[in-house]
Amino acid sequence: MRSSLISNRLLIILLAALLLPVMQAYAESRYVTKNSKAASMESCVAPTDLIRRNHMDLLQHGRDDTVRDGVRGLEYSLSECIDCHASRDARGEAVSVTAEGEFCQACHGYIAVSPACFQCHRTTPEENGSGNSLGYRLDEHSRHLDMQQPAGRETDHEQ
Amino acid sequence: MSNKSDQPSVERRQFIGGTLAAAGALTLAPGVILHAASDGDEATSGASGKHRWGMLIDANKCADGCSACVDACNSEHGLTDLGRPHTDAVWIRPIKLKDKQTGHVNRLVMMCQHCEHPPCVDVCPTNASFKRVDGVVLVDRHRCIGCRYCMMACPYKARSFVHEALTDQSVAAPRGKGCVESCTLCVHRIDAGEMQTACQEACAKDGHNAIVFGDLKDPNSEISRTLKSHNSVQIRADLELNTGVRYLNL
Repeated sequence: MRSSLISNRLLIILLAALLLPVMQAYAESRYVTKNSKAASMESCVAPTDLIRRNHMDLLQHGRDDTVRDGVRGLEYSLSECIDCHASRDARGEAVSVTAEGEFCQACHGYIAVSPACFQCHRTTPEENGSGNSLGYRLDEHSRHLDMQQPAGRETDHEQ
Repeated sequence: MSNKSDQPSVERRQFIGGTLAAAGALTLAPGVILHAASDGDEATSGASGKHRWGMLIDANKCADGCSACVDACNSEHGLTDLGRPHTDAVWIRPIKLKDKQTGHVNRLVMMCQHCEHPPCVDVCPTNASFKRVDGVVLVDRHRCIGCRYCMMACPYKARSFVHEALTDQSVAAPRGKGCVESCTLCVHRIDAGEMQTACQEACAKDGHNAIVFGDLKDPNSEISRTLKSHNSVQIRADLELNTGVRYLNL
C-alpha cells in the first residue's frame, strides 16, 4: 500500500517534468506570430522573459537618446521590433502589428493597455523608404560630396 | 532597469523557470534553451557641439515653377497630401517676395530657420521643442502636447500641426496626430553620416544648386567658404535669433 503511494507521487512528478518543456514551448508560440521573421529565429535581442516584461522600458530609455541626442543604432529599437515581428499575409504583404491578433495587439488587447507608439510610428516594415538604410548611408555617392564628418564620428575612409 | 518594483524580479523567475526547464531537459532529450542573440550594430555617439548645421539658399538660383525640393521633402518624410491645403503639413515652401516699387520678384524657399535662440523652444511648456547641441531645432513628439504655442512664436511660420490620424509613416520620420512638426534638417541623414539633405539633393539633381547644406563651424566647408566670400542675409535679422538658414541675393 505504502509503496504504491510513493510510486503514484513519483508518477505525477515525472509527468509534470515531461509536460513542462511542452507547455513552455506552447507558451512561447503564443507570442510570436506565424509568417514573421521572428518565427524563424531562435530568440529575441535579449532573453524573452526580459523583453516580455521590460520591452517598454528598454524602448523608452532609447527614444530620448535618439530623438534628443541623435544616438542611432541602439541595441533596442522599435523599428527593429516591427521588422522582425510583423507577419506577412498570403500575398506576402506585411500585416500591421496592431491589427487584430497580431504581435503587439494580441497581448495589449488582452491586458487592456493601449500602446501610444503607433500614433506616430509605422506598424509595418518599411520596404523601400527613406528610413530603410537608416544608419548605413555612407555609400560611394555621399563620400564624394563636400563631406564633413557626421556628428561625433571620426574619419575612417578619407585617409 | 525596470521601474516596476512591485513585481517579483525577472532573475527569480528565470531561476525557477530555468531549474524546472533543466529538470525537464534532463528527463527528456536536450530541450530548447534560449540564449540571447548578440547584435552587430554599433550605436553612434550622437550629435556633437563641434558642428552647427546650417543651410544657404541662393534666391537667384531658385527657379520659378520648380517644386523639386518640396516634393523631395514630402517623400523623404512621408508627408502626404490630403488635399486640404489649409491643414496639410508643409516643412518647406516656396514663396515669392515682390518689391512693390520696382516690381522685382524674389523667389525663395522658407522652412525652419534653425535659430541659435529659437523662440519656439522658449515658449514650449513641455520642453518638447528643443535645440540639439549641433544646432538642429526639433520637436520631441514623445513630449509634444499639441498646444501650438511654438507655431505662434515662430516668426517664419515654419511649423505645421498634424490634424489627422496617420498611417504608413516613414521610419526616418515618425509623425502623428496632435503633434507639431517642422523641417528637421534631415537629421536622420546627418546622424547616419550623409551630409546632404533631401531638398539639396533634389535641387542639385534638377541642376539649380540653389541649396547648400553644411557645417557652419567648419571653416573649410562649402557653406562657410561661400558665406565668407558672399554677402548673405538672415531673414528678420532684427530679431537676433542667429538663424542657421541664410539667403544669398535677397
